[in-house]
Amino acid sequence: MAKPTQTPATVASPDPVPPRRRRMKDLRKQPGFDTIAWICLFLLYAPIAVLIIFSFNDNRSVVKWTEFSLRWYKAAFENEGIRKATLISLQVAAVSTIFATIFATMAALATTRVRAFKGQTLAYAVINQPLMVPEIVTAVSTLAFFGIIKQATGINGIGFLMLAHTVFCIPFAYMPIRARLEDMNLSLEQAAADLYATPIQVFRKVTLPLMAPGIVAGGMLAFVVSLDDVIITLLVAGPGETTLPVYILGQIRRGITPEINAVSTVLLGLSVVLVSIFFLIGNNKRT
Amino acid sequence: MATQSATAQPNAHHQMAATTHEVMIHAEGVTKTFGQGSSQITALDNVTVDIRKNEFFTLLGPSGCGKTTLLRLIAGFDLPDAGQILLDGQEIGHLPPYKRPVNTVFQSYALFPHMSVARNIGFGLEMQGRPKSEIKNATEEMLALVQMEHLAGRRTDQLSGGQQQRVALARALAPRPKVLLLDEPLSALDLKLRKEMQIELKRLQGETGITFVFVTHDQEEALTMSDRIAVMQAGRILQVGGPKEIYNNPARRFVADFIGDINILDGELDAKGERVILPGGVSIGALLPEGAARTGHVSVAIRPENMNLTAADAPEAALTGRVTNIVYFGAGHNVHVALEGGGEVLVRRAQTDAQIGAHVGLSVPDAVQVLVD
Repeated sequence: MAKPTQTPATVASPDPVPPRRRRMKDLRKQPGFDTIAWICLFLLYAPIAVLIIFSFNDNRSVVKWTEFSLRWYKAAFENEGIRKATLISLQVAAVSTIFATIFATMAALATTRVRAFKGQTLAYAVINQPLMVPEIVTAVSTLAFFGIIKQATGINGIGFLMLAHTVFCIPFAYMPIRARLEDMNLSLEQAAADLYATPIQVFRKVTLPLMAPGIVAGGMLAFVVSLDDVIITLLVAGPGETTLPVYILGQIRRGITPEINAVSTVLLGLSVVLVSIFFLIGNNKRT
Repeated sequence: MATQSATAQPNAHHQMAATTHEVMIHAEGVTKTFGQGSSQITALDNVTVDIRKNEFFTLLGPSGCGKTTLLRLIAGFDLPDAGQILLDGQEIGHLPPYKRPVNTVFQSYALFPHMSVARNIGFGLEMQGRPKSEIKNATEEMLALVQMEHLAGRRTDQLSGGQQQRVALARALAPRPKVLLLDEPLSALDLKLRKEMQIELKRLQGETGITFVFVTHDQEEALTMSDRIAVMQAGRILQVGGPKEIYNNPARRFVADFIGDINILDGELDAKGERVILPGGVSIGALLPEGAARTGHVSVAIRPENMNLTAADAPEAALTGRVTNIVYFGAGHNVHVALEGGGEVLVRRAQTDAQIGAHVGLSVPDAVQVLVD
């Protein structure tokens, strides 16, 4: 079976000269491709490499290497401010991920498992709105909106921050779930209904198990995005609601310390693990 | 589950309608349109048809003729705009799919990728809430029926196309539906496997005694497997009949054209409407279908294998012409003859000593089919 595909085109063609033009279409063979690629990769990853390397530096300086040490990790772990900020970050991320994923799942079902309706494109745009509006606009408007509510009701608390995170996490959770549903053949659900499954059974036995990888992927993406957010959090968060990125930002104003490097490295590691799982699920479970 | 017991009760009213053959599906005036306004398409146009119990019934037609729409209406995936669908005497046209004792084999098979072969097959019974032991027994029986016992634990994406086909069949047969609907299930298989599955499907239909409704655009497939065929075009059923009837006595020009090769000649009916006069002046018997003209100008159809080459001056030569081409196709020869009065006909013979350019005569059957346009 593999034979015909491996036969070079020149064998079948009477032309003895290999077709040069076809080869030129391969982008990787273009002159300077390698150089440009390496420059881009360097610019992308060199700063991160510096961050990681200097988080292990046994010295206050972040420009001069002395010796390998884990002291900044220890210091960061023992820093009450960092511990508290981490806890708040995780709480906000967990709550907003759960709600954002539930809403995104419902939205994905409502935009893929129905007959095509008028304004379907508009629905996509509305759901994805937080991706398209500059974040600072969302942040300012959310701040003003919450301000009105807080004044009118007298309610305060971290719930507002969680709500704000839930909202901007929805499109991130929505995209992989919708992609998964669009990949799934509608005839599977029809087959289940044909085999005496009621609509609820169809959802429980067929739709939900098959879309689960999409839901997990969407949830993880939402978690990472929430964990990472600065602008909206900075404006919306009340006193004592400092998340880790906001805390780091505050510390950096007083100068970069290797302690911050250590925290950032841990945060990076966590993000990389989650995003890797996201891609593995996306690739493996594709039917 | 409730429908099972309800449909099991005989319905005295509709038994009167069934005479020699008991009717399983009776569709009456079924109409279905898709889209709105100027882009509206009539997929089914006032279709009425009876499908008998325990028969292999085929809906045959080109793509877009409405055959799959009719199948989906019987399955319940779409609802008719007008008309009734009775299953074993019970109106089912507006029931949801899970309340109809009808199962479907999908063109894409639609096997559940997150379940094993055995769980796929047991799914229908599981949803009906049958006891575990019954599901297990029925699954084993179905696996044996389609010769897949050794693959019960496999995931469905580890199966070949032919194996997936068998699982899809077993899954749809396991709940013992009153009717099995098959939506072009063989179209994804290669030729050899398709021929095998044609025989296999016919065997399964005989062994299970379940009414099969099979949708295809492949006329050979339809002729091979069916007890009866309904030929469809543009949302209408043109003719219903056994394979031989459809092949030998096509009532409509479209049916004649769609199935196999056929020669369509002009003719003139005599005053009594019993004989038809061919262009050369020879008069032969006329087979008149319902709705055909009883006098005047008509079209008649003759299969290429029902004509023979003779000497140009032989007494049995009804038509004369000149051989323009001879094409050998393995099982025989197609001889193309340009007729004296214009037009060309095809004659199919296993052996021929005709020469290109030769002046020949053509014999025709004693009676020929008159077509309705």
